[in-house]
Amino acid sequence: MTDHGSAANGGQSAAGHAASPPESRRRGGGEQLMVERASFDSYYGRPVVKAPAWEARDIAGYFFLGGLAGAGSVLAAALHAGGAHRTAAALKVTAVGSVGLATAALIHDLGVPSRFTHMLRVVKPSSPMSVGSWLLAVYGPFAGAAALSAVTGRAPRAGAAATGGAAFLGPAVATYTAVLAADTAVPAWHGAHRELPYVFAGSALAAASGAALLLGPRSETGVARATAVLGAVGEAAADHLMRRRLGSVATTLSEGRAGRLLRAARVLTAVGAALAPASGRFRAAGVGAGAALLAGSVCTRFGVFAAGVASAQDPAHTVGPQRARLAERAEQQPDAAG
Amino acid sequence: MTAAEDKTRRPGGDGAAEPHDPARASGYTDPPERVGFFTDTSVCIGCKACEVACKEWNALPADGFSLSGMSYDNTRELGASTWRHVAFVEQTVPDGASGGAPDGAVAPGDRPLLGLTPVEPASAPGGDAAEEPPGSKIRWLMSSDVCKHCTHAACLDVCPTGALFRTEFGTVVVQDDICNGCGYCVPACPYGVIEQRPDDGRAFKCTMCYDRLGAGMEPACAKACPTESIQFGPLDELRERAAQRLDALHDAGVPEARLYGHDPDDGVGGDGAFFLLLDEPEVYGLPPDPQVTTRDLPRMWRHAAAAGVALLCAVGASAAATAVTAVTARRKASA
Repeated sequence: MTDHGSAANGGQSAAGHAASPPESRRRGGGEQLMVERASFDSYYGRPVVKAPAWEARDIAGYFFLGGLAGAGSVLAAALHAGGAHRTAAALKVTAVGSVGLATAALIHDLGVPSRFTHMLRVVKPSSPMSVGSWLLAVYGPFAGAAALSAVTGRAPRAGAAATGGAAFLGPAVATYTAVLAADTAVPAWHGAHRELPYVFAGSALAAASGAALLLGPRSETGVARATAVLGAVGEAAADHLMRRRLGSVATTLSEGRAGRLLRAARVLTAVGAALAPASGRFRAAGVGAGAALLAGSVCTRFGVFAAGVASAQDPAHTVGPQRARLAERAEQQPDAAG
Repeated sequence: MTAAEDKTRRPGGDGAAEPHDPARASGYTDPPERVGFFTDTSVCIGCKACEVACKEWNALPADGFSLSGMSYDNTRELGASTWRHVAFVEQTVPDGASGGAPDGAVAPGDRPLLGLTPVEPASAPGGDAAEEPPGSKIRWLMSSDVCKHCTHAACLDVCPTGALFRTEFGTVVVQDDICNGCGYCVPACPYGVIEQRPDDGRAFKCTMCYDRLGAGMEPACAKACPTESIQFGPLDELRERAAQRLDALHDAGVPEARLYGHDPDDGVGGDGAFFLLLDEPEVYGLPPDPQVTTRDLPRMWRHAAAAGVALLCAVGASAAATAVTAVTARRKASA
C-alpha cells in the first residue's frame, strides 16, 4: 500500500540520472509525482479515522425508535385534533414506548452505564449528543403524559397540552439524530450532513405512518395514508441527493451489509407506500403497509449506520475526498503556497 | 467554556490575523503560554523510547504481544492505551529520485533521499526492470505520532459530559472520573486518535503529560527521545524552530520535507502537536486535509430544523387534505 509505484519508473529515472541535466531530472521527478498522486497511498491500508465503537443494535436502533417516537407524536397530535382518537392513542403509546426503549438502548451502549446521569451534567450546544439528551429529557415526560391521558381518559386538557408539547418537540427528536451522526469525521455521515436530516425525517414519517396504519382502525387511516406516501417519497428523494453528494464515498451505501440493508429499505418502503392508499378499504392492506414501512425504516437506519462504519474503515474514503478538496482549493488559488 | 470558544471559531476564516489562543477562548483569564510538540521525523530513528516512556509514566495497559507484519511497527495505531505510536514506512524508490518534491524546491542533485539505504549498489544498468530495478533503494521513514491537541478540537466539542476539557496550557485532556463512555469523541476525531478501552468503556488519549506540565516538567516522550525528534515547548517557539529546520532541509537539498499541522489557518485551526514529514501525510496514516467536524454544525442544525419543519408541514397538509375530503364527502352524502 505504501509502495509508491515509482519503482516502475526506476529504470527510466536511473537513465535520466546518468545523462540529463538537473532541469530534466526535476521534470522527471514531477512526472513521478503525478504517478504517486494517481495511486492511492495509505499506511498499510489502515483506517485514518476510527469508526464508532457503538453497537448497531443500540444506536441504529435508537435512530429508528427516536424517529418513530418523534414523528409519531406529530402524527398523533394531528389525529387527536382531527378526532381520530383511537389511532392517536395508539401512536401516543407507541411514542412513549419507543422513547423509553431508545433511552434504555442509549444507556446500554455507554461504556459506563452507571454514569448516564453525566449526560445532564452540562448544557453544550456544540455537542449534538448533549442537545439530544436534554431534548429527550424534556420530550419524554410530554410523551408520557400524553399517552397516560389518552389511555386513562383522565385530564383531557392536560393530555391535549402534553400532546401539543410532544408534537412540538417531535420533529427535533426525529431529525437531530442525523446531526448526531453527521457531526463526526465519518466520511459517509459527515459528507451527507446536508441531506441526512431529510433522509431521517422521511424515514421517521414513514415509520410513524406505518405504526398508525398497523395499529389504527380502518376508518381512521386517512391522514396516515397520505403521510406514508409523503414520507416515503421524501426519503427516496433525499437518499438520491445524498448519494449524488457523496460521490465516490456513496459506494459505501451500495456495497456490503449497508448496500443490502438500503436496497431492502427501498423495496419495503416502496411496497408500504404503494399499499397504504388501499388501507382505507382493506384492513389487510393497512397491516401490510404498516409492517413494510416500519421494517423499511429499520433497514434505512441500520443501513446508514453500516455505511458510516464501512466508510470510516477504508482510508480511501477519508483521504480521497480530502485530496479532492485540496486540489480544488489549489485550482481556485493557484498562487497560494502549500 | 464552549460558548466562548464558539465565538472565535471559524478556522480559515478571513479574520485570522489575530492568533487564536484556545486557553483564553476557553475562559482562562491569564493562562500560561500554549505548549505543544514539534515532531521532526527527519531525525527519528524508530527506537520507540517515546512509546515506552509514555506507557511507563502514564501507567498504560500493555497491548499484548502480536506481530503485525508492518515493518517494525507492531504497535499499529494510536488508541486508548497507546498515546505515542511510531510509524515505520518502507518505500522502494529509484536511485536519485526525489520522492515528491514540492514546487520551487532545490534540485536534488546527486544526494540520496533522506532515509535511503542502497539495496543493490552498482548493479549493472540496462538489465530488465524487475520488481526492484537496478539502483533502486529502500527508503525507511519513521514518525512518532501523537494526539494533535487541535486548536479547534472536535472531541472536546462533541463531548456531552464535559469530561474532555481545555487545559490552561491549551491542550485537550479527558477527565476519567467524568467520562461515561458514550464514545462520541471516537468518530469525531479527524485523526483517529482517541479511543474507548474495551474492558473499561471510557475514552482515553494523550494528556501531553498534564501532571508533568503542572510541575514544570516536559512530557515523558519528549524527555525520553534521544535524537530530539520530539521537541516540546511553547508552540510559537516550536513553529519558528520548525520553519528554520524546514529551510535548512530545503537548502540541504531535501525538497520533500514539509510541515504538517503547523498552519493556524488549516481545518482544525492548527495542531498543538505538529510534524515535519518527508512524504505526503497519508503515507504516514495522517489525513491530508483534516477538518473539525463542528465547523459545519450550524449548517447541520439548519438542515435538521428545515427537515423538522418539512415533517410538520407534511403531517399538517395531510391532515388538512383529509379533513377537507371528509367534509366534502359528507356534504355530497347529505345533498
